[in-house]
Amino acid sequence: MPAVNAIKGIGRRSINAVWRIGMATRFFMLTLTHSGSGFRRFHLIIKELFSTGVMSLIIIVVAGLFVGMVLGLQGYETLKRYGSESALGSMVALSLVRELGPVVAALLFASRAGSAMTAEIGLMKATEQISAMEMMAVNPIARIVAPRFWAGVISMPLLAALFSAVGVFGGYLVGVVQIGVDEGSFWSQMQAAVDFREDILNGVLKSFVFGIAVTVIALFEGYDAPPTAEGVSGATTRTVVTSSLVILMLDFVLTAIMFRGN
Amino acid sequence: MERTTMDLWVGMFVVAGVAALVMLAMKVGNLGTYNVSETYQVHAYFSNIGGLKPKASIKSAGVLVGRVTGITLDTARYEAKVEMSLDKRYQFPKDTFANILTSGLLGEQYIGLMPGGDDQMLKNGEQLKKTQSAMVLEDLIGKFLYSKADEPAK
Repeated sequence: MPAVNAIKGIGRRSINAVWRIGMATRFFMLTLTHSGSGFRRFHLIIKELFSTGVMSLIIIVVAGLFVGMVLGLQGYETLKRYGSESALGSMVALSLVRELGPVVAALLFASRAGSAMTAEIGLMKATEQISAMEMMAVNPIARIVAPRFWAGVISMPLLAALFSAVGVFGGYLVGVVQIGVDEGSFWSQMQAAVDFREDILNGVLKSFVFGIAVTVIALFEGYDAPPTAEGVSGATTRTVVTSSLVILMLDFVLTAIMFRGN
Repeated sequence: MERTTMDLWVGMFVVAGVAALVMLAMKVGNLGTYNVSETYQVHAYFSNIGGLKPKASIKSAGVLVGRVTGITLDTARYEAKVEMSLDKRYQFPKDTFANILTSGLLGEQYIGLMPGGDDQMLKNGEQLKKTQSAMVLEDLIGKFLYSKADEPAK
């Protein structure tokens, strides 16, 4: 009976999805409880900060510059119709600080650093390095997972802040230097519109949440990957797809909570 | 890679990230321009505030002197009560005029203060008596239409 089989398939997938969410949550809790020893050996976190944070700098800075320049161009074209070119600064800064900075930086971070994390841990598992650690009574969660988790959580807000700052500079380059919007009104309208607590701190909070989500997904997919070449490649793909979707969905939820259109 | 060079790179990364945050706070946000610590509170009644919102700026001669802290409807007189906090550095005479103005054609609304000639200065908790409400587009159009209708047909 095909209808029953179809329903069986739906049931199996639902059970599987719930099981994976539960496993990921347990994994997250385990990572948090084993973080203490990770902080005691801080050089492990520094090593991971280098490979996730520092190595992502170039893509973040270049992408931020171009996103800011595009915002400057497009914003000018639209605002010109209403004769309010002077609002360009506030438009560029608000869209970067509130949305584009945290979201685009997190998407880039997921594909640049998250995929690498998954592949690395998946290969460690496939080559039985993780089992070897367990044999030596070294906890792999404390030694491998926790430093990567904290490195991701620390570097994500910093990368998002850099993205926004470079983006504002890109908007300034196009709007003020190239097109010739008045420099004074560009900055003063920006300062009048952007609130420190409401906009900048909320943006930082967003990127912090995205950092947790991306690193947990990447680490769990790597740790959970079938120890084969195919399994690792599938896990890497799932990391990028799942974390991108989770970033965008979380962004909607956080935006709805933070900016309830007062 | 050697450990010290890695430390250096990570240190530079963290410093750059924090510097970006500080730059956003000072140059993009309004943290550096407006100090909320030393203020005094005044309030005023308006018959219509239009689109005025809390945190809207209060300007005198175009200079930012304070912010709107709260807007409520006073049911004793059915007028909007607007609470304002003004910077202590700027003192205004008692008969200062408070107008609700709009920055640009489509800009946001703010309160403009026009100082009067009184010798007495406004104190904390006092009321601005002379106010002018926001211009509401519908009212303007309505007035225009009535005045047109009153004109004799040509």
